[in-house]
Amino acid sequence: MSEILVVVDHADGAVRKTTTELLTIARRLGAPSAVFIGRGYEQAKATLAAFGAQKVYVLEQPELSDYLVAPKAEALAQLCERLQPAAVLLTSSPEGKEIAGRLAIKRESGLITDAVDVVTGDDGAPVTTQSVFAGNYTVQAKVTRGCPIITVKPNAATPEPAKAQPVEEKVEVTISEAAKAARVVDRTARERTGRPELTEASIVVSGGRGVGSAENFTVIEALADALGGAVGASRAAVDAGWYPHAYQVGQTGKTVSPQLYIAAGISGAIQHRAGMQTSRTIVAVNKDPEAPIFDMADFGVVGDLHTVLPQATEEIMRRKGQ
Amino acid sequence: MKIVVCVKYVPDATADRTFNASDRTVDRTSVPGLLSELDEHAIEAALTLAEAHGANVTALTVGPSDAAAAVKKALQMGADAGVHVVDDAIHGSDAIASSLVLAKALQKLGEAEPVDLVMCGMASTDGGMSVVPAMLAERLGYAQLTFAASVEVSGDVVRIRRDAETATETIEAKLPAVVSVTDQANEPRYPSFKGIMAAKKKPVQTWSLADLGVDASAVGLGAAWSSVVSYDARPPRQKGTIVTDDGSGGEALVRFLAEQKFV
Ligand SMILES: Cc1cc2nc3c(=O)[nH]c(=O)nc-3n(C[C@H](O)[C@H](O)[C@H](O)COP(=O)(O)OP(=O)(O)OC[C@H]3O[C@@H](n4cnc5c(N)ncnc54)[C@H](O)[C@@H]3O)c2cc1C
Ligand SMILES: Nc1ncnc2c1ncn2[C@@H]1O[C@H](COP(=O)(O)O)[C@@H](O)[C@H]1O
Repeated sequence: MSEILVVVDHADGAVRKTTTELLTIARRLGAPSAVFIGRGYEQAKATLAAFGAQKVYVLEQPELSDYLVAPKAEALAQLCERLQPAAVLLTSSPEGKEIAGRLAIKRESGLITDAVDVVTGDDGAPVTTQSVFAGNYTVQAKVTRGCPIITVKPNAATPEPAKAQPVEEKVEVTISEAAKAARVVDRTARERTGRPELTEASIVVSGGRGVGSAENFTVIEALADALGGAVGASRAAVDAGWYPHAYQVGQTGKTVSPQLYIAAGISGAIQHRAGMQTSRTIVAVNKDPEAPIFDMADFGVVGDLHTVLPQATEEIMRRKGQ
Repeated sequence: MKIVVCVKYVPDATADRTFNASDRTVDRTSVPGLLSELDEHAIEAALTLAEAHGANVTALTVGPSDAAAAVKKALQMGADAGVHVVDDAIHGSDAIASSLVLAKALQKLGEAEPVDLVMCGMASTDGGMSVVPAMLAERLGYAQLTFAASVEVSGDVVRIRRDAETATETIEAKLPAVVSVTDQANEPRYPSFKGIMAAKKKPVQTWSLADLGVDASAVGLGAAWSSVVSYDARPPRQKGTIVTDDGSGGEALVRFLAEQKFV
């Protein structure tokens, strides 16, 4: 069966859920091979096997972690040259897309980013679905030259375990001096919140300008915690300094596609919708009955979030018997 | 220092954007166009650096004849000169071809005096792939520093700070470099009356593919390495139940969540 390369998305060996989604998609297209770049392979190993990786290529050279995307693109180009895979799948994160972009040029291969689904077309080649123009259109596309390089958004597939015993191969690559031009000189990890990662969460509760202040975001956090969800924010709330930019949902923030998205004190501007329109169920709380967010909500409460949300949180806790 | 800012002319995001039925490319005529708002942040960052260090700032766009408006706006904001690459053959180009044309134009701009810094927006508001800056770095062999929330230059070193997935990173490189900036980086200035008047006298060059030595068959829809098979308007979401809070809105909300099995 044709080999499909899946570039593992991980933080020092902690495999992100998106990788298990990619492996699930790759099994539809051929035989998945995981490409693990960086430190921490021992920790990643079991997950890759559990989701059906037939092979794992392990690239552990330190240069691959200390610089940005350029060395990774060089490494993948060398691997592709040797293996001639039928497709390369990466996570549609900023980094994943940049690696993919550089790889596409090196390999003279077509690139599709931000796929929300990938299937096998009539000719056996992958056909992707993308959501464009702030989610107003879906587009089917395929690569017409070289090896399809596809970046896939989180939540594009439900991860399905499929136990395999991957063959491991350590790979050494040559990294050019040019690829080491940009160096990470400082990295300050963000404080962990204990909540699910925003792009992976199945429930997201977001607050906007209507929240009113940084302190008031505890109302959003309390509801998110009662539901076991992640917290998001509109750009207005981020620009006001009430919540960190890492949690912004929308065109210039994260794209989320959870089962449930609750927007509180958010009007529903097109740039915000771009980041959440594909959510399964949308709930809005807004004191303005004319707010555009209500046009897309499955359920809405016209009211003050400062009373509606705490009451909802309390009711959830009561139902949970706490 | 010589800075070139890549600016794109895009269909207005707040209008009803769609496709050309004939060739499934982005419809750039039925919807009003404008300079991509995200590229204004790149212009602002370039102008701020120029004010601090002294630099010549050129705005570069690749796009149809209307795209001249994007260059004009950059000049009104304060850029010194403009370049517009326009050619019928470019219609339908993907990011790979666009980056090729941009890279060739940057090389031509660098003939007289090398380009130290190429500045881009974080994404075009229409295509939004966020890949052109990385592709430019790849093609030019420049250092890549993308998604900057702040940019500094000291001597021949450029340093950015950015919000990565799990950490805040500081990244450093020797010039020349490609830097893309986010909408967190700054508040773009509005063109002043003086700026608008001054822009009229600033030099704008118009180049064709031939001027860049790019073969027309290397760009455009026919040369794209991927193609749109079909597109569909997403059915508008059905408007659901909207209740007005009468003191029990929170409870109503939870009843809905429970029906949907979220609680
Ligand atoms: C290039 C570009 C990119 C952008 N990217 C993003 C992005 O990534 N994400 C994003 O979110 N925005 C983005 N924006 C900004 C976007 O256009 C809107 O300005 C922004 O989304 C508005 O945020 P908001 O809904 O919180 O604020 P507003 O539009 O001000 O809405 C606040 C809402 O809160 C309601 N409200 C007020 N008080 C209460 C209360 N007590 N209880 C209940 N409701 C209340 C009001 O009725 C109102 O509907 C971008 C804009 C541009 C130009
Ligand atoms: N046709 C173009 N002309 C000039 N600059 C462009 C063009 N396309 C993309 N860019 C630049 O590349 C950035 C990212 O674009 P994209 O990869 O399309 O999301 C934009 O913000 C611009 O700075």
